[in-house]
Amino acid sequence: MSTITLAGKDIARTDDGFFEDPSQWTEDMVPDLAKAEGIEQLTDRHWVVIRFMRSEYLTKGSGPSVRALGKSSGVPIKELYELFPKGPAKQAAKIAGIPKPIGCI
Amino acid sequence: MPGIEKISIVISKGSLEGIYPGLIMANGARAEGIEANLFFTFFGLDAIHRKRHEHIKLATVGNPALHMATWLGGFPGISSVMTHYIESKMDGIDIPSIPEFIEMIADTGAGLYACKATVDLFGMSKDDFVDQVQDIITVGDFYEIAAGGQIIFT
Repeated sequence: MSTITLAGKDIARTDDGFFEDPSQWTEDMVPDLAKAEGIEQLTDRHWVVIRFMRSEYLTKGSGPSVRALGKSSGVPIKELYELFPKGPAKQAAKIAGIPKPIGCI
Repeated sequence: MPGIEKISIVISKGSLEGIYPGLIMANGARAEGIEANLFFTFFGLDAIHRKRHEHIKLATVGNPALHMATWLGGFPGISSVMTHYIESKMDGIDIPSIPEFIEMIADTGAGLYACKATVDLFGMSKDDFVDQVQDIITVGDFYEIAAGGQIIFT
């Protein structure tokens, strides 16, 4: 576990960088979180994915896998990897302040 | 300790249970941000064969883990029935069909290659393969592409 300061709040994160407590997340943390993932230019399409991850987590209790993201976020898989080259579900979950999505596909 | 950054997976078998593990591992690697390449050789080429990849069958003979008598596994139609059964179970947990999976893996940015020696042996050409296949390459090319990463043979 490690702690970082975002938007004036101390945030506890897991060793691999996911929020321990997703309720601490606010949208103004997104630019800094994205930068830490190597994403300098946040576009509307990044936001579509980040907001989708967040709402899926809040309604279902876990974030979607890449396949589920591609099927239901409105952003196709090819574009997802262009937006989040280091793994769309994983990176978008970190930026959306939710736990790592579980699933093999 | 640094994590795995690159893998190259060889798919050498043409049965359903011979193809899926390599596809799942390649797709999973990309989801983790790991660079991935797939190299199809011997009967594994069926996975990327335009006409054959929709008809991949589960091996029902010589597979003791199916817990089925060998003579029954060889009975006409049993392989199709068992394949249909396992495919419907896979669909239930949202595992894509092989053609869809190949397309999806290509979309993740993984490289897909066919083995030149087998393509020559079977008298095939690039036209026999789905569009996602980037090239027909030699084993030497494969090692060049795989350089700096780990190699998994399935």
